[in-house]
Amino acid sequence: MTINLGTAHKHIRKFSNSSKTTATGPQPLTMTHGLTHLQRLESEAIHIMREVVAECEHPVMLYSIGKDSAVMLHLAMKAFHPSKPPFPILHVDTTWKFREMIVFRDDTAKKLGLDLIVHTNPDGLAKGVNPFDHGSALHTEIMKTEALKQALNQYGFDAAFGGARRDEEKSRAKERIFSFRTAQHRWDPKNQRPELWQLYNTRMNRGESLRVFPLSNWTELDIWQYIYLENIPIVPLYFAKERPVVDRDGQLIMVDDERMPLLPGEEPEMRVVRFRTLGCYPLTGAVESPAATLPEIIQEMLLTTSSERSGRVIDHDQAASMEKKKQEGYF
Amino acid sequence: MSSAQADAAIQTYLDAQQDKDLLRFITCGSVDDGKSTLIGRLLYESKLLFEDQLTALASDSRRVGTQGEELDFALLVDGLSAEREQGITIDVAYRAFTTDKRKFIVADTPGHEQYTRNMATGASTADLAVILIDARKGILTQTRRHSYIVTQLGIRHLVVAINKMDLVEYNQEVFERIESDYRELATSMGVDDIVCIPVSALKGDNVTEPSTVMTWYHGPTLLAHLETVSNTDGKADERFLMPVQWVNRPNQNFRGFAGQIASGRARPGDEIRVLPSARTSKIAKIVTYDGECEDAVAGQSVTLVMEDEVDASRGSVICAADDPVSVADQFEASILWMDNEPMLPGRPYMIKIGTRLLPGAIAVPKYTVNVNTFEHIAAKTLELNEFGVCNISLDDPVPFTAYTENRDLGGFIIIDRFTNNTVGMGLIHFALRRASNIHWQALDVGKDTRAKKKKQRPCVLWFTGLSGSGKSTVANLVEKRLLSQGAHTYLLDGDNVRHGLNKDLGFTDADRVENIRRVAEVSRLMVDAGLIVLVSFISPFRSERLMARELVEREEFFEVFIDTPLEICEQRDPKGLYAKARRGEIKNFTGIDSDYEQPENAELRIDTSVKSAEQSADEIVRFLEDAGKLVT
Repeated sequence: MTINLGTAHKHIRKFSNSSKTTATGPQPLTMTHGLTHLQRLESEAIHIMREVVAECEHPVMLYSIGKDSAVMLHLAMKAFHPSKPPFPILHVDTTWKFREMIVFRDDTAKKLGLDLIVHTNPDGLAKGVNPFDHGSALHTEIMKTEALKQALNQYGFDAAFGGARRDEEKSRAKERIFSFRTAQHRWDPKNQRPELWQLYNTRMNRGESLRVFPLSNWTELDIWQYIYLENIPIVPLYFAKERPVVDRDGQLIMVDDERMPLLPGEEPEMRVVRFRTLGCYPLTGAVESPAATLPEIIQEMLLTTSSERSGRVIDHDQAASMEKKKQEGYF
Repeated sequence: MSSAQADAAIQTYLDAQQDKDLLRFITCGSVDDGKSTLIGRLLYESKLLFEDQLTALASDSRRVGTQGEELDFALLVDGLSAEREQGITIDVAYRAFTTDKRKFIVADTPGHEQYTRNMATGASTADLAVILIDARKGILTQTRRHSYIVTQLGIRHLVVAINKMDLVEYNQEVFERIESDYRELATSMGVDDIVCIPVSALKGDNVTEPSTVMTWYHGPTLLAHLETVSNTDGKADERFLMPVQWVNRPNQNFRGFAGQIASGRARPGDEIRVLPSARTSKIAKIVTYDGECEDAVAGQSVTLVMEDEVDASRGSVICAADDPVSVADQFEASILWMDNEPMLPGRPYMIKIGTRLLPGAIAVPKYTVNVNTFEHIAAKTLELNEFGVCNISLDDPVPFTAYTENRDLGGFIIIDRFTNNTVGMGLIHFALRRASNIHWQALDVGKDTRAKKKKQRPCVLWFTGLSGSGKSTVANLVEKRLLSQGAHTYLLDGDNVRHGLNKDLGFTDADRVENIRRVAEVSRLMVDAGLIVLVSFISPFRSERLMARELVEREEFFEVFIDTPLEICEQRDPKGLYAKARRGEIKNFTGIDSDYEQPENAELRIDTSVKSAEQSADEIVRFLEDAGKLVT
């Protein structure tokens, strides 16, 4: 199921200045006003994607099924229209994603006619690696970081789009849009290539690769605003609904399937919750919220007092943990 | 609040959000001027921090902060752990924040001279620069350097934030003295759009709220100025230009040219010209995912479909038919060098300009600029963080503008062909006249004719290896054998050429590059003459050997690596040079204190410590026969 805005959308001025889509007719940009900030961000992201397709041999788009991926995919549809995006989308499946995410993923790929690759680390699978017995850090390392490297090596991708934004985390604020990785997929934060104007350097030797972040300059609010204006489908988990959760170490964890071991005294209870970020269900905290529509989500976001990544258990593992993960090859 | 009310409220909000534009700015200043603190303060005051971030900030401040019990805003911005530990900003950090009036992306850049390249990186995408000055110190060398770089990069709006006013007792005279000094500096750089604001990033005076202490100041706060400064670049009103990024061909019936409009606007029916082919056509339609567009402007990414089948590909530039840009292959440009390895005049680098990537070479600098004093200095090369003016020549003519007209078609990056690093950035001043005036003279007698007459296929045998490896001995034997078989040859020997053609060159890296460039060009002429050319040069750098290879056809170049171990070469030491080098009497001696970069893909590899010169020569001649070069 995807949630649609329906009628709330009609009298919003359409984002792009094209002729067929607005109720009030085209809105030509005036000479005194340049592009709006979202138009600038959209155009920049499209430019970035086209550069990669023009200069790299074998690009892929990392698709995490979350809202940022949804926006990135939408931008890819725009960038290459009327062609389909000339690259596959890759989902690294830890097997611990919310069930609704998987349904949404398969529907999206089918509806847009995209080439979807799903990769799971077979070694991790064989050993039964999971976040409960092995802890979030090891689980993420094996089922996400290692799995991603495996997939990139196996298919020989030389450029991978990711939906990371610079406003998410401090070390991301310093990462280039075109971020170079060694043959071992390592990021060297102190030795990044200068990135000048919009002239991206995609040259590399065999085995080396690029991570490319077309949404680098977007903020969380930009993402929601764009989803709203462009009517982009997102996973229903972002919207409030009664869901079975347990309170564990201050995080509300949803009991998404029977694999979730309950601790003594833990009893799942139905609460009206939603997710501000999506990942593996045992590692993703829900927030109590009544926001069931996009405007309500945006409003809640504007009034909220806790940042997006605080719902992700992995960021709290150790100080400067994201920078460390990235050096090791986490996306 | 009901859902309908929320919808209505949020819609009003989003409508207002939609009309906001974006201002990208850079903050620069010397170490400890308080840049990170200022940005942290802007984020804090514009209510962009969440509670958990504030909690983390409070705990970090106590742990590693420099402000005692108070919040250390710099910790919000300094992202990499090395920076947090050292208390400095190493790289460029980009931060977005928003106010009711505008969206902002700020590039926080380092102050040290060794990070000039990082500053230029941040400046290349900025609309405005905030230059911080410590009120206690006034204008420093760094202030001059940063001001010079941002104005060179075309930033026309400068805001001078005179910071740490709290440490000079908010003294008006201090502020006015620094302001007057700065205006003098700005005038000398040809900039007049300057706003000076007295602030205390630490205490918050005049950052977002007017200072309650500095009542003598009547201008805007920093944020108020950033919110209201005019940010129209006027690009939409200029001539139409769009570099082609990608040709969109989903099927036989559709051919669109995808790109981002660099300036001007495009409408269906507009007459256009494609460069460099100069073919004209008309825009049939502008295709977007949201439908056909009637009027696209500078900054938009679009796909243009033409009325005729025009030949355009990545690297072409589509312009207004009656106002096209020029096409040239030689330019004068300002170059900022960004790599630890100095620029080597004559070495082929890859140049990316617009959507075109092609080989090019940079000449000896006309001068470098001391970015602290603006003096012009004579130089033979460009070192890391040096700014100089050079001529540059590209392998093909490209459409361009002066950088001052358009950043997208006047700026270029320089990429090393082996490390693939971005080693420099360039700003085009103008095309050199000689590029358009010297044409290639077509001759009636060609290479094939000359070669046929000699009953051979011309080629270059490039012998490379250490001094004393046996290059010249083997090359000499090969030439004798070829001659006895009736071939027409010539042997270019390193030592001999240095007595004549290259007698003005020494042994610095720059001179070695020029040495090889000349020999490569001479061997190309000789191949054109139909000869089999033997080149016996140490030629220590891969880049130059590659350049020589690329001057001739693919089947005409054979690299012969005389791979004799250094110890053996040193034992032989036929000219006593190793002994001299070891005693320090010869500088820059290959293998001793100057690098030899081994060939990775040489056609032939010969170790004369295990093979005699005769055996080696035999092997090479056999190789040439197998390659079909000796036609009898």
